[in-house]
Amino acid sequence: MRKRHIALICYFVILFIPIYWMINTSFKSDAEILREFTMFPKEITLKNYVEIFTSPVWRNSFINSIIYVTMNVVITLIAAIPGAYAFSRWKFRGSHHLFFWLLTNRMAPGAIFIVPFTELYYTLHLYDTHLAVALAHCLFNIPLAVWILEGFMSGIPKEIDETAFIDGYSFPRFFGKIFFPLVAPGIGVAAFFAFTFSWVELLIAKSLTITDAKPVVVTLTVGIGAEGVKWGLLAAAGVLTIIPGALVVYFVRNYMAKGFALGRV
Amino acid sequence: MNNRAVLFLLPVIVIMSLSAFIPLITVVNYSLHYIFSGSMPQYVGLANYVEVLRDPEFHDALTRQLVFSTMVLAVEIPLGIMIALALPRKGIWASISLVLLGIPLLIPYNVVGIVWRLFTQSDIGVIPKILGFFGYAYNVALDPIDAPLTIFILDVWHWTPLVVLLCYAGLQSIPDAYYQAAQIDGASTWKTFRYVTLPKLRSVLILGVLLRFMDSFKIYSEPLLLTGGGPGSSTTFFSLFVSRKAESYELGYAGSVSMIYLFIVIVFSFVFFQIMTNIGKGGQTK
Repeated sequence: MRKRHIALICYFVILFIPIYWMINTSFKSDAEILREFTMFPKEITLKNYVEIFTSPVWRNSFINSIIYVTMNVVITLIAAIPGAYAFSRWKFRGSHHLFFWLLTNRMAPGAIFIVPFTELYYTLHLYDTHLAVALAHCLFNIPLAVWILEGFMSGIPKEIDETAFIDGYSFPRFFGKIFFPLVAPGIGVAAFFAFTFSWVELLIAKSLTITDAKPVVVTLTVGIGAEGVKWGLLAAAGVLTIIPGALVVYFVRNYMAKGFALGRV
Repeated sequence: MNNRAVLFLLPVIVIMSLSAFIPLITVVNYSLHYIFSGSMPQYVGLANYVEVLRDPEFHDALTRQLVFSTMVLAVEIPLGIMIALALPRKGIWASISLVLLGIPLLIPYNVVGIVWRLFTQSDIGVIPKILGFFGYAYNVALDPIDAPLTIFILDVWHWTPLVVLLCYAGLQSIPDAYYQAAQIDGASTWKTFRYVTLPKLRSVLILGVLLRFMDSFKIYSEPLLLTGGGPGSSTTFFSLFVSRKAESYELGYAGSVSMIYLFIVIVFSFVFFQIMTNIGKGGQTK
């Protein structure tokens, strides 16, 4: 038992050293970063953070990211919940193939989709909008959400549906009152994965935006290379991009434990 | 019933057609044409595929990718299982562990690149300092072995938590009664693991292996930021290779590579899925 705990603590320490290093760097001045090697900032400076919060470019790109990620989660769930319900309740001709086809999309190389995506969204006059990025990210998020939700929904006996209908529930009322609360943990897990992916994705988000919807991940990349790398600034921006994610994990932590336990995932 | 299913699936189908099917057809179309910017695409049949399959650069990128993906699976899956087994099952520490494990997954890919750049950069990083202390001249930017190895360790660091979370979920669904029964039967720790735990983890492990395999093919931002694909081409993994070709507007070539890429990943996933599902059926009848 002892040994197990020590090994676990070691793992968590190793897991967090790189993140600690980034936080550490974010509170140092550029001079200190380059001049000496310190495990803790000698003089804590908030200069890097102040620079980010006062710059409209950084602020806007943070807002852009939050907008399209939220849109993506909403679209993903709206499409995936009924879809997963259909897969879990009705076996129709070709349903297996359709399910596997959905999954293959998750395997697709993001890199090559850039050019077709660009052409497509130009044609639809959606280029450089939040909606374009949100829709494009559905390519990866809907398959995963359908898979996760289908697992959860298959775990709920069909008899529940049938009993509800016999009791005179209309479909929407059954869905809202009975079914939805039952699959809520699954929806939490699916939303978590959709949020995560959309928040961290760089390649597609980068190629579908210029200025109006430019996400924070892209702003970060631009900072590298130009006029010598500002490590402190990049580290501070990196720390800030982790915060929304950490908040989301914190809020869904119970769902996650419960959800992971219930679903076939 | 069938009509209703179609109605329910309609949103999925519409969105997926827009963001998956149409672009995929476009890519297939690219792969069958010679495309140069400024002139009309010219239909060439399978000529692009022939060119790709004969290209030593492609062979290198593919070999590098397969070695990388194999290593990723060989390390992350067992490590993930072990950590999941060691995690506390209940109480406050269980929630804390889950939250902590979730954090690396939520760092944007390019921030992961930046974290590791800060960590390994020869003038400001921790790793070169520590290894330098032991007399090893580590240099992620110039050494063709250090660079891919660093990307590999980065991937293990970044993605093992996902495997842990999946396995942890699987473990939670095993009733305690199973373990009690194994204990009464006097099963050793290993036997309990092999015959009770592992079969019950099958479905989450299928998902874990598939996700890690697919996603290891997608590694892009991390090598781009950390090493830029170099030194030489030692960290030019498949996605980076494809996107370089697409960026230099060799769309026919890039299209063909993508189709081959998709073919490899789908065939592997399908075969793996079938085998694992059959093993599962065999196991259940026992």
